[in-house]
Amino acid sequence: MLKGSPDSGLSVSGVTVQFGGLRALEDVTLSVPPRSVVGLVGPNGAGKTTLFNVVSGFVRPSAGQLTWDGHPFHPKPRRLVRQGIARTLQDVGLFPHLTAVENVMLGRTTQRRAGYVSSLLGLPGSARDERESRRISTEGLDRLGVAQHAERQASALPYPVQKRVALARALVTRPRLLLLDEPAGGLGAEDFEPLAELVKSLPGDPDSPCSVLLVEHHMDFVMGVCDQVVVLDFGRLVAAGTPSEIQSDPAVAAAYLGIDPTDIEVDAGTAVTLTEEPA
Amino acid sequence: MDRFVFLTVNGVALGAIYASVAIALVIIFRTTRVLNFAQGAMAVASAYGGMAVIEYSGSYWLGFTTALVLGGALGAAARLTVFRSADRQGHLNPIVIGIGLLIVIESALAIAFGPTERHLSTAFSRDLLHLGGTALLSRQDLFTLLAVGVVMSLLAWTLTRTRIGLQMRATAFNPVVARLHGIKVGHILTLGWVIAGVVGALAAMLVVPTGLGLFPQAMDLVFVLGFTSAVIGGLDSLSGAMIGGVATGLALSYASGYLGSELTYVAAFVLLLGVLLLKPAGLFAGTTARSV
Repeated sequence: MLKGSPDSGLSVSGVTVQFGGLRALEDVTLSVPPRSVVGLVGPNGAGKTTLFNVVSGFVRPSAGQLTWDGHPFHPKPRRLVRQGIARTLQDVGLFPHLTAVENVMLGRTTQRRAGYVSSLLGLPGSARDERESRRISTEGLDRLGVAQHAERQASALPYPVQKRVALARALVTRPRLLLLDEPAGGLGAEDFEPLAELVKSLPGDPDSPCSVLLVEHHMDFVMGVCDQVVVLDFGRLVAAGTPSEIQSDPAVAAAYLGIDPTDIEVDAGTAVTLTEEPA
Repeated sequence: MDRFVFLTVNGVALGAIYASVAIALVIIFRTTRVLNFAQGAMAVASAYGGMAVIEYSGSYWLGFTTALVLGGALGAAARLTVFRSADRQGHLNPIVIGIGLLIVIESALAIAFGPTERHLSTAFSRDLLHLGGTALLSRQDLFTLLAVGVVMSLLAWTLTRTRIGLQMRATAFNPVVARLHGIKVGHILTLGWVIAGVVGALAAMLVVPTGLGLFPQAMDLVFVLGFTSAVIGGLDSLSGAMIGGVATGLALSYASGYLGSELTYVAAFVLLLGVLLLKPAGLFAGTTARSV
């Protein structure tokens, strides 16, 4: 954790976001250690997406600090990829009129060397760049098993394929931190398993290890892939811990089911699934 | 039949000019949702620059190049000054800004160069060439078709084959997501204005000498017809702008040839009304709903 240590991950401390009279986040502190998968859960409106927007620079916090790589971090959307952070969007965010491979190539925007002028003039350096980018992007699609859709327009692809293309676009930036906004949202159960395997494999990737911060509503998915889970409710952090700790935390049940923590024993019918340890 | 062939060729050459103006408008509109009403005036200002250089140096091509460079520079200048935040101001403000800029430029040109027509030469002779006894088109018309063709091909190639083009297409659709991928959205938007400025200046250098000559309002009518072409094509689509331009050129040519010159411009508006009635979004509009 010395200054400039490239291995100190992301930390968010005391972050508050105020939208007019609404406190979207209040004094939230969490960290994403290197090579870990951290899940962010909570009911709708709990501030999960706001936190993502703070980390990706779309929202400036009214109080609190971020640290990335051991440095104070003031994120700006355009710089994010250069700083090793990639983000997927809740609504997929593909460019519908571009092909799948073109969408992924956009993820390589910052990695290319040839300048504007040489690109406009089509000089040999930029042509090489272009081929290299297309090759890496096709490999990226292949890694997610959707290379056969490379030349199809994004808008024509089925939703689960679009999700994978968006994930490929984030991964070709070779991030060290990946922010996944509802990666399993809208997917059928049959798509969960491969996605979970992929997310779990990212921190240990021998080529470019990457930690993950994800927002997700599917609890099975979150509990299956995360090392740490953070629960937000009304902008406040209500619990943090390993998946099993979270599942047995009464405050979490309260946040999710609107039950008073003291009532849990009484209202066993609904709470039992949450409080029991997984078999 | 000879007459039909002549009018067709003539219409296509004229349409190439309208297509250039339409393309200049569409390049800016699809990235920033700004309709640049000063496009014609900026093109005239570039042509004045070209004329000054031709008179001073005696070289047409030096003046021609100067006009194109000046057009690009004016595009960047307009984007970085008066239109700086125009893409965030809804649809009406940029139109008012554009009309304001149009008045300022045309007045400044009248003060600097006088309000009367100045001579601007064509690149090539305007004498008609004959093919098998039929008067077809002039060398200048050929040059017009060639120049516009080259510009369109370059533009198409840039947009589909280069990373800048990919970034331009992405930015046009969703600047926020584009920015998240490290695209310098501001630079890309300015580049669009530069390209539009160059294409507009090219249109002015090609069309002004075939009319009355160079005067501050020389492009007003051409701008209106270019705008008509862009709307016919759907405002969002470059190929639409091209086809809209050629359709407008043909409509004008046939109308003046068969119906009489007093009906020339009526034809353009009949065409526009027809397209708007049958396909209100324009012939080649994307599937996404537009609010203009």
